[in-house]
Amino acid sequence: MLRYTVRRLGQLVIVVAVLSILLFAWLRSLPGGPVSALLGNRATPESRAALIQQLGLDQPLYVQYWKFLQRAVSGNFGVSTGVQPGTPALEVFLQRMPATLELSALALLLAVAAGIPLGYFAARRRGSWLDNVSITWSLVGVAVPVFFLAFLLKYVFALELGALPVSGRHEAGINATEVTGFYILDGLLTREWDAAWDAFLHLILPAIALSTIPFSVIFRITRAAVLDVTEEDYVRTAHSKGLTERVIRARHILRNALLPVVTIIGLQTGALLSGAVLTEQVFNLPGLGQALSLGFQRQDFAVLQVVIIASAMVYVLVNLIVDLAYAAIDPRLRTR
Amino acid sequence: MLPSTQRKQRIDELAETGPGPDAGVSLAASAWRRLRRNPVFLVGASIIGAFVLLALSSPLLAQHDPALRLLEDQVSRAQNEIPPPQPGFPLGGDQYGRPFLSRLLLGSQQTLLVAVMATVIGLGGGLTLGILAGAFGGWVDTLVMRVVDVMLSVPSLLLAVSIGALFAQQTQFTVILAVAIVQVPIFGRLLRGSMLAQRASDHVLAARALGVKERSVVFRHMLPNALGPVVVQSTLSLAVAIIDAAALSFLGLGSGDTSVPEWGQMLGSAQNFFDSHPQLAFWPAGCIILVALGFTLVGESLRDALDPKNRR
Repeated sequence: MLRYTVRRLGQLVIVVAVLSILLFAWLRSLPGGPVSALLGNRATPESRAALIQQLGLDQPLYVQYWKFLQRAVSGNFGVSTGVQPGTPALEVFLQRMPATLELSALALLLAVAAGIPLGYFAARRRGSWLDNVSITWSLVGVAVPVFFLAFLLKYVFALELGALPVSGRHEAGINATEVTGFYILDGLLTREWDAAWDAFLHLILPAIALSTIPFSVIFRITRAAVLDVTEEDYVRTAHSKGLTERVIRARHILRNALLPVVTIIGLQTGALLSGAVLTEQVFNLPGLGQALSLGFQRQDFAVLQVVIIASAMVYVLVNLIVDLAYAAIDPRLRTR
Repeated sequence: MLPSTQRKQRIDELAETGPGPDAGVSLAASAWRRLRRNPVFLVGASIIGAFVLLALSSPLLAQHDPALRLLEDQVSRAQNEIPPPQPGFPLGGDQYGRPFLSRLLLGSQQTLLVAVMATVIGLGGGLTLGILAGAFGGWVDTLVMRVVDVMLSVPSLLLAVSIGALFAQQTQFTVILAVAIVQVPIFGRLLRGSMLAQRASDHVLAARALGVKERSVVFRHMLPNALGPVVVQSTLSLAVAIIDAAALSFLGLGSGDTSVPEWGQMLGSAQNFFDSHPQLAFWPAGCIILVALGFTLVGESLRDALDPKNRR
């Protein structure tokens, strides 16, 4: 197990190294070059010269790359030019991360809470109306553009019915103390129940919109896995031993069927961030997704590079954790 | 179902086994036989057929030039008004006073082009990477897969947007390229996996033992048998390309030239009118959802049909 962990950590280091080279090359190939990219349209001849000096653009490429790495490791990614002008890019990232994490966590929770039970029951009653309805829903779910669904939900439930808030993370007048930046958690920690409830209401519609694609994936994998496992010899053996349905369901079917589902949940991290870019834009949530779309519109590459590096690292780390957990559950995988 | 009835059924099934209808038939032929009778496939294929037919015939159906602002005098920025439906213009005009129905009809052409071109480019790149990695193994495999891993670790939309941002001017081509490159690592990884499975299989060992040339082993023995999952993924990728192109437009990285209509671009540019004129979004969105659903249905039924487990 230790050897497996070390090998996977080694792979992680390689991925991050390759990513840093690609990101370095990307910043250099942007229209107008890195100086215009990082300074935006506020560049003056003096600030250009200063930045060329600071970035060492007059030096050979490998020296430039080395300096880029040094700055990145020390957390210096430059100053935001478009999203929150004047604020260090890393700070913009840290301020906005809780909103996105909160939204993604709720969306993933919805997707798992709906996808696994539905997948299980759909497989156990193959061909029933429940099976057909959930399969149809999962197929339609991936065909609907996320941002259109978000608009639709906002239009129906927020604008027409007025049942849920239209945008933002909090109602304007609400009295909320900020502790961690995770508003639901903050409300619970400071015992401001109305603030926590308000933050939760603001997240419902965006979370539903964001959860559709992960739900479809988790539902279909669960259904397929349960169907596969039900046909296995050990399930037949369990039946012939006379075990009760309940024991077979919990120990033989679910436990084995959930293994591939765990991996798929890890792989949804990327889909969640892609979806968050669109959902946050529709509901005007000040998270990383909105920072990304604003960053691209306003050419704020300082912020963009932090978010790209961070989201890739989160994705790789989550999948590393999932793989390690998987190897801990299933000893067959460790030798590979 | 009770275990006892399940057991009875299984015994009956066993009793019936003999050479099935698929005995001695190739996987492709038996897959087609199953596909032909699958209602999911038939629905999906009809949607795609109608879509392609529309794209081909739309120049005849559209009555107006999609680039002309024929109803511009009825557009009012200040009062947020766009031209309503009227004689000759069944769906009215868009936010610039251009004929909406004609744009919607002709939009099918560009949408089809985006889907097909993005998938072809993505497939080409992915096949190259996958064949390299799967055929050679060793350090080539390691190198290719590390690059693929990195591309997969960046969320797909973020990757597409990063590629789009590399171009100073956004055109239909940059949109296609951005959407296509996202597909490359997916195809690459998929093909490499099934090529590796082929490498270890007995028929490849047999071909090697007979002294078949390495190139011929890769292209004649491994590749054709490894293509099944790739065919499925390309069908699904046609749907993903259309949706991703719409998302790029929504984020402001769609084609800057709006005189040639495309559904994703129409949907993306309708975002500011969603509260006041939802029809501007509903029509292109409906078309996109229907077509994406068509490709997804065909892809899923292909996956089922090509699965050897369903061969009975």
